[in-house]
Amino acid sequence: MTETTKHSILKTINLDIGYSNKNEKTLIAEAINIEVNEGELVAVIGINGVGKSTFLRTLSGVQDALRGKVLVNNEQIQQIDSLELASLVSLVLTEQPISKNLSVFELVALGRQPYTNWIGRLGKNDLRQIKKSLQNVGIEDLQNKKCYELSDGQLQKVLIARAIAQNTPLVILDEPTTHLDLYHKAYVLKLLKKLTRKTNKAIVFASHEINLAIQLCDKIILMQDKKITTGSPKELLDSGAFSTVFPEGLIVFDKESASFKINP
Amino acid sequence: MLQSQKYVLPLLLLFFGVIFLGFLNISLGSVNIPFKDVFASILNLEVSKETWRYIIVEYRLPKAITAIITGSGLAISGLLMQTLFRNPLAGPYVLGLSSGASLGVAIVIMGASVFGGAFAGILLSKWSLVIASSLGSLLVLIAVLLASLRLRDTMAILIIGLMFASLTAAVVSVLSYFSPAAQLQQYVFWSFGSLGDLSWNEVGILALFWFIGIILAISCIKNLNTLLLGEQYAKSLGVSIQRNRLIIIIATSLLAGSITAFAGPIAFVGLAVPHLIRQIIPVNNHSILVPAVILGGAALMLICDIAAQMPGQEYTLPINAITSLIGAPVVIWLLVRKRKFLF
Repeated sequence: MTETTKHSILKTINLDIGYSNKNEKTLIAEAINIEVNEGELVAVIGINGVGKSTFLRTLSGVQDALRGKVLVNNEQIQQIDSLELASLVSLVLTEQPISKNLSVFELVALGRQPYTNWIGRLGKNDLRQIKKSLQNVGIEDLQNKKCYELSDGQLQKVLIARAIAQNTPLVILDEPTTHLDLYHKAYVLKLLKKLTRKTNKAIVFASHEINLAIQLCDKIILMQDKKITTGSPKELLDSGAFSTVFPEGLIVFDKESASFKINP
Repeated sequence: MLQSQKYVLPLLLLFFGVIFLGFLNISLGSVNIPFKDVFASILNLEVSKETWRYIIVEYRLPKAITAIITGSGLAISGLLMQTLFRNPLAGPYVLGLSSGASLGVAIVIMGASVFGGAFAGILLSKWSLVIASSLGSLLVLIAVLLASLRLRDTMAILIIGLMFASLTAAVVSVLSYFSPAAQLQQYVFWSFGSLGDLSWNEVGILALFWFIGIILAISCIKNLNTLLLGEQYAKSLGVSIQRNRLIIIIATSLLAGSITAFAGPIAFVGLAVPHLIRQIIPVNNHSILVPAVILGGAALMLICDIAAQMPGQEYTLPINAITSLIGAPVVIWLLVRKRKFLF
């Protein structure tokens, strides 16, 4: 088995996620046990409102877990200081108030912040990493454009390049394919797959693209009302897990074509 | 690296522009003084008339330095606010600091007559105005800081600042309604702003606050760049959001608070200069923006002051009006030309 020799980048142990304030706890999902190894492309799939974003926020340390542990690089995430964590996990978020006045180069260069000196001066190594990530994502020709000149698909690639420039073993993306057409959805996910193979980074992303995820991912984390199922696309297909993703009636999972169909 | 070298020339030009404008500012005024005597006064050499030396050293020089400090200080607080709130309309005004200062001064000038004459006489010295406006800004600052510790959302702080502004404006209107004409006039004169009434001691105190504020701003340069991505990204890059926000708010308060205390409210510079600079030097890196905005603010204020004193005339126009009269058309022109108004 090759699985055992791979290095574990992200692991959860009996993780409960949700929100808590003074009066009450809102449990979103409990007893999550997943493991992501280097070089793996992992999709988090689930219906709107099931808690994908909460799950990703907990995995990236933005939000505290209700119970259980998140291990990044075999270290508990709460015990890693914020600057060190920035060299382990990078994020690609949607709908952030990014200054659209930034040029593509400037935005990608901000991925090097955890490594630069007090005034943020880019050294030779930083410039090399920026160039490499621009190449890897295929946006070298865009580098002098301003962000307000970009299409949604281009901006998404730029944000991915920024995360790659941060050079972390784990990249987490929250719905990187929203607002994109089918071609660009497939393009971005294929790009993520290519990056896992080329850079050996582990990439975890939330998405609604079940059909594409089944074809591309090494692992799928299926979130359904407080229950989480994990496995390779094939394992999940065989166990029939996809048929319960959505409420019964409107759409059904067709095993033959491994895709969802509208119930006639 | 390529990025910073490209902007050395514009920065140098700005620097020499400030020096030139500073000299021009000192040379021009209601009394005509020949250039060689202006030089001689500054360099402490033989001057043809002793009164000229007095005008230059005791009046025009501190005024020019005050112009440089107020212009650069307000411009930097504008830049800090625009980046912190990710809002192109933000300026030192949005934290409610100038409003707090106005309230303090309004209470001292007009409240004295409304609440009884007992302290009217004692309180109406110059220093009491400085102290009142400092206390006013400090009070608003403490309220905003408390809010920023409790609130996670930066936008909420922006709204709280604006609420303070309307609240204080309302109190000032009520005070104005009840106060006699003489006091009202005195308040209105304060609200015109003035660069010229400062002694060397006062310039020294103002410079000290300015220096601390600027050092704090420089210490944030890297984190300011990260904030251009939004707070979530900044956090994921290892920036401590709360601490960073605190430093930025303190720097702004020191700068805007002390400047309003000594020179009165001065509109527009804080909002406009960062935008003007971004048009001249199209860069977002704060390690270039911060020095450029400092120089740009100083230059704009010197120009406004030259215009306000109307060379050769007896009058001095209110500086607060001049900054808007010169600044607003420039910003409108840039907006129409570029059709982009981003932070």
